[in-house]
Amino acid sequence: MISAPDVVAFTREEELEDDLYREPPLPEEYSVPLFPFAGQGANPWAKVAGSKFTRDFILISEFSEQVGPQPLLTIPDDAKVSGTFDLNYFSLRIMSVDYQASFVGHPPGSAYPKLNFVEDSKVVLGDSKEGAFAYVHHLTLYDLEARGFVRPFCMAYISADEHKIMQQFQELSAEFSKASECLKTGNRKAFANELEKKLKDLDYTRTVLHNETEQQKKANDKGYYTTQAIEKANELASVEKSIIEHQDLLRQIRSYPYRKLKESEFHPYEPECALDRADVGSDQDPTASDPTEPDETHLYTHMPSYTPKLIKAKSAKCFDKKLKTLKELCDVYFFTQTLDQLHHIERTFRGDVCYLLTEQISRALLKQQSVTNFLFEDVSLLDEKPPEKQYRGCQGLGQDAIDEKCSEESLAPKVVISLGSYKSSVECVPIKMEQEMEDSEEPKMSESMVSEHQENLDYLDADIKGSISSGESIEVLGTEKSGSGLTKSESQASLPVIPSPQAGRTKVGSRRTVSEDSIEVLSTCPSESLIPEDFKASYPSAINEEPYMDDDEGGLRFTPRLNPGVDDGQDDVSKQESLVQVDAACCIGKESPNFLEPLPELGQKPCEEDGGVRIPPQPYRLAEQGLRGGFPSHDGLSGGLLPYELDSRYLTGSREVSKSSLDECSDSTSYISSAASTCSDRTPSPAHLACAAGDRHRKRAGQNALRFIRQYPFAHPAIYSLLSGRTLVVLGEDEAMVKKLVTALSIFVPNCGVYAKPVKHWVTSPLHLVDFQKWKLIGLQRTVSPAGVNVLHALSRYSRYLSILDADSKTLRCPLYKGTVVARLADHRTQIKRGSTYYMHVQSILTQLCSKAFLFTFCHHLHLPISEREPEESVVNRRINFLKLQLGLANEDIKIVQYLAELLKLHYIQEPGQGGNPLLRFDYVPSFLYKI
Amino acid sequence: SSVQTIGEEQIQNPYTELLVLKGHQDIVRFLVQIDDFRFASAGDDGIIFLWNAQTGEKLYELHGHTHKITAIAPFSSSDGTEEKTDLIITASADRTVIVWDCASGRQVQKVSCFHSTVKCLTVLQRLNVWLSGGSDLCVWNRKLDLLCKTSHLTDAGISALVELPKNCVAAAVGKELIIFRLSASNNGSEGWNVLEVKRLVDHQDNISSLVNVNDLTFVTGSHIGELIVWDALDWTKQASECNFWDSSVHPDIQPEIKLSQSPNETSVQHLTSDEECVFAAVGKGIYVYNLQMKRVIACQRTAHDSSVLHIEKLPNRQLISCSEDGSVRIWELREKQQLPAEPVPTGFFNMWGFGRANKQANQAAKKMQENTPMYFLELVGDLIGHSSAVQMFLYFGELGLATCSADHLIILWKDGERESSLRSLALFKKLAQNGDLQLKL
Repeated sequence: MISAPDVVAFTREEELEDDLYREPPLPEEYSVPLFPFAGQGANPWAKVAGSKFTRDFILISEFSEQVGPQPLLTIPDDAKVSGTFDLNYFSLRIMSVDYQASFVGHPPGSAYPKLNFVEDSKVVLGDSKEGAFAYVHHLTLYDLEARGFVRPFCMAYISADEHKIMQQFQELSAEFSKASECLKTGNRKAFANELEKKLKDLDYTRTVLHNETEQQKKANDKGYYTTQAIEKANELASVEKSIIEHQDLLRQIRSYPYRKLKESEFHPYEPECALDRADVGSDQDPTASDPTEPDETHLYTHMPSYTPKLIKAKSAKCFDKKLKTLKELCDVYFFTQTLDQLHHIERTFRGDVCYLLTEQISRALLKQQSVTNFLFEDVSLLDEKPPEKQYRGCQGLGQDAIDEKCSEESLAPKVVISLGSYKSSVECVPIKMEQEMEDSEEPKMSESMVSEHQENLDYLDADIKGSISSGESIEVLGTEKSGSGLTKSESQASLPVIPSPQAGRTKVGSRRTVSEDSIEVLSTCPSESLIPEDFKASYPSAINEEPYMDDDEGGLRFTPRLNPGVDDGQDDVSKQESLVQVDAACCIGKESPNFLEPLPELGQKPCEEDGGVRIPPQPYRLAEQGLRGGFPSHDGLSGGLLPYELDSRYLTGSREVSKSSLDECSDSTSYISSAASTCSDRTPSPAHLACAAGDRHRKRAGQNALRFIRQYPFAHPAIYSLLSGRTLVVLGEDEAMVKKLVTALSIFVPNCGVYAKPVKHWVTSPLHLVDFQKWKLIGLQRTVSPAGVNVLHALSRYSRYLSILDADSKTLRCPLYKGTVVARLADHRTQIKRGSTYYMHVQSILTQLCSKAFLFTFCHHLHLPISEREPEESVVNRRINFLKLQLGLANEDIKIVQYLAELLKLHYIQEPGQGGNPLLRFDYVPSFLYKI
Repeated sequence: SSVQTIGEEQIQNPYTELLVLKGHQDIVRFLVQIDDFRFASAGDDGIIFLWNAQTGEKLYELHGHTHKITAIAPFSSSDGTEEKTDLIITASADRTVIVWDCASGRQVQKVSCFHSTVKCLTVLQRLNVWLSGGSDLCVWNRKLDLLCKTSHLTDAGISALVELPKNCVAAAVGKELIIFRLSASNNGSEGWNVLEVKRLVDHQDNISSLVNVNDLTFVTGSHIGELIVWDALDWTKQASECNFWDSSVHPDIQPEIKLSQSPNETSVQHLTSDEECVFAAVGKGIYVYNLQMKRVIACQRTAHDSSVLHIEKLPNRQLISCSEDGSVRIWELREKQQLPAEPVPTGFFNMWGFGRANKQANQAAKKMQENTPMYFLELVGDLIGHSSAVQMFLYFGELGLATCSADHLIILWKDGERESSLRSLALFKKLAQNGDLQLKL
């Protein structure tokens, strides 16, 4: 944390708004009074009184073809949240926003229906009557039984704070896109399955009809046809037509992933690798194949046997029949994933906007302190993908960093914000084109780049227009076509339908000797369609169509990153991805040259990708990742991801479970594993759990630390010990008390590497020298048993390396501290009351220390002679002077900075991948005993 | 007298950083320096590790012995034109001797024709041969050809070997000291004969240590605390010292049979020397014996809580000792200024010391003060890290100090200041490599 939130909250209006936020002002009559009680000195962050709901929530609604707009569910799923807010009314509102893109039925001219891969549309609207503002994300799902095969849905983030919606638009859009993508992925699979079944039915019907006709022919040798026969023949013809239509539909839906893969948002699997594996698989006896993919072979042997049904020629019109639920539409697994993601969104954007902004800004700033940020920051925070806001937030601060990042960007299609590009998404995609695109790719791309830039300008206009033109209580405040509408529409002609997945697929298909019917299995995941329905949910690879989801900070993480090795492989990917999401807003203010320059790699990479035969993603890939990640959900039941279980947690509202007392865990190794273990039975996404828990932990640690510095007059030397790298042992009989103290003190412990805080909460065996290398803060059990004597003996033996805080007798034995830094850090008369505030206060002072340590470490002349003749003493003098005069450090504070500097040096010179020997530094200084 | 302790403030102790080297699975007994920055460690697990003394990096793990290692010796051979190859020779209780190449970590050769465990190894660099001492003495050349051997000497075997001038070696066999001479055999170019020249039987008990002082002198120490200084040329006794434990000037008062003193407390565990003095680790104490004055000039009767296992003299008048109590202590030999040189009676040169030992402690202390030599050993620092007996240590100059222990660990003690500046150097090197370094003068 760089700064306390309070500060930013009060300065934001003046300083940041002008630069960063350019939302158009609302016309006076529509504006909602933000602080109705401001005159009475009320908390400006209190909920706006005009709204009928207590906090932000997410609403999913559908435009049902039977009953019209209807709300489906809210997140959080709690009646109190929406309160008296009229969900039905609001559903109507959000569904009636003009997003014609999704209402596409049968194009009039075509002989059979065409599937349009409709892009989502994103709209912000405000309803001053309800006091509600919403980010609305429309999406369309396919349903074989629905009108035009489409079912329009929308997800809305509803908040009383208009600013929040506007300022977090990009983030919301990105997060909701993930959720939508997840839903749509599941939907495509489900739809394809449905189509397959339908095809089988039709095929069966055709055979039956055919036989009947033959029989009739044989029975009737008079040379003319009876009306019955003619009827049958017509029926047969229509069935055959239907078969062709459905086959085409299947082909279209199947082609989707390949089309999508062209966009760099989607990270294709390496086709070679997949091919190799496929070859291996087909050459070998399936039973003797690689042990890492037992499930795959296992699954191939389990063909779900679907018994085709006879289809009546005239199926009843389906107004009376029940439409599929969202869950059915999307496959339970993906549905729960989406809910996870939505819960994650809800958690992320909960609370006042100033917190969000502060968080984002400070996180962005932290990212830039790449040399020092490992010292005191949460490892989990640093690991996370930076939120897109970063680029907007730090435009002034770190243009360099942005430039650098942007230039790394390869073939990321720029996000286009344009009202005009709506129509582009409606266009259907010709998928027959094959080879000729390659040479024409590059100019088109760069062309689109230029036009994008203009579009951006348009966007500004559009913003204003949008808000003025609406005369009703609903204003469309801003819209965005995310994805890459324009890029696509321009280059659609050249969109490669990769030399058809056929080549790769046949190989895969060839070993599936079981399937002999003419129906091709959904190509996105050949084995997927063979998995019994129940299995699917627990099958992590089910989502492998869009591997990028693995990298989301959001809830769609399937392979927890325990293993740095896995990380490496995905680094590029995640980097790329984060770059893709540099939204256009960041180049509104400044014209980043990168957006105008033609990117050199643009033409090449697609070619490379096209060259290889793309193979459907293989399940083993994720299986492998799952293994590497050590995530247990893979083997059948163990993940506990059976669909009903997943469901039930939404029914029972088990958010409480996640509160599982994480207040004690702070070292992230044990922490991650504990998170993984506690949640492995409920969700495959420990990542955001960790995030949320991290917040809670910080708060708790801050509170405990505050209590510690108020209770213990010798808090200063104790904290000094931690900051100067001297291991502090908290000794006590009561485990809970010791752990509490350790948690409190853990916020002062500098990290030695990027992996984990060197904190051990509870030890019962005698300590050894090796422990002091590893841990800088240890909770130690005091027992009266003979073993306890050993423990104490070890403590006294190694006392020179230790400071010992006796929690029972309230004493501290440690070196003297006479500096000033810790006094500021831990003032027992502090006015700070809240744990999280104190945590931030600590972080800001520690950040100051870090910057001093950085200066000290990286000033050449402080460590090395200026000239060769210069004696060592003068360097030493210079060093001391710098510490004392320039950095203003007194007495023991010097040692703190020196220790941090040592850590920085070690961290910097350490070769990546090489752990390096942990070393123990110590001083021969006398200790004193402090008592209360 | 109780063990001298030093507070937590140790200004003169340079070792403010440590690295723990893990690898061994049993007691580590031997450390041997290979060159300026490498050393080997060996112990009861039969594994030999090669380490980088600067970084603590494990270079090689040498497997080959099935039992504990009993002796280890470095053997750097330079065949004139050939480049220098660093070898180490290890002997084990499995009755084999293996020669290892330190550069490649490979086993060069293995000899397993011994009848008994080889307990000591000595390399005669000058003759380009090495000797192994077990129940007999064998002479080998570099290629591990057995050149000659003595007849069976004793079942107990040779416990120590030392090279003497004129192609002689002294071997400690039980209470006896046997001098052998190697002579070129008449036939054959590389043939050697080994002949027993003399047996010295002056020690009353088993000889526990044997070291060279210089070309003219060598010293032996025995289990009951005798120290004998020998002339290396004619193998005559130059001086002898006994009753280390007893500094009493009046040997005739209260003659008690010192059975109360366990042999361990008087045993000469280890000897080391510089040109002037011999430093003896006797029981828990350290004694400095001046060769010219032929007397103990300084001592620290209870330098450690238990037996001192190894001592070494540093160039800077400092002495390091390690002990079974798990600590390493750094001593400095200082001259006592305030007391004018007071002649110290040399009357306690008893051959056989039924001396007198445990008088009342305070009385002894008083006497000690009265008879303080002109020098004294001052404790300037101690290193506490091992949780069990520190078997041996290796002083690497400014690179630091390596200690090995029965707790299976090796600890590298380093000068924190120096390491810190080395890291700075590395940091700016890396910065320069990355092109991030901008120097503005």
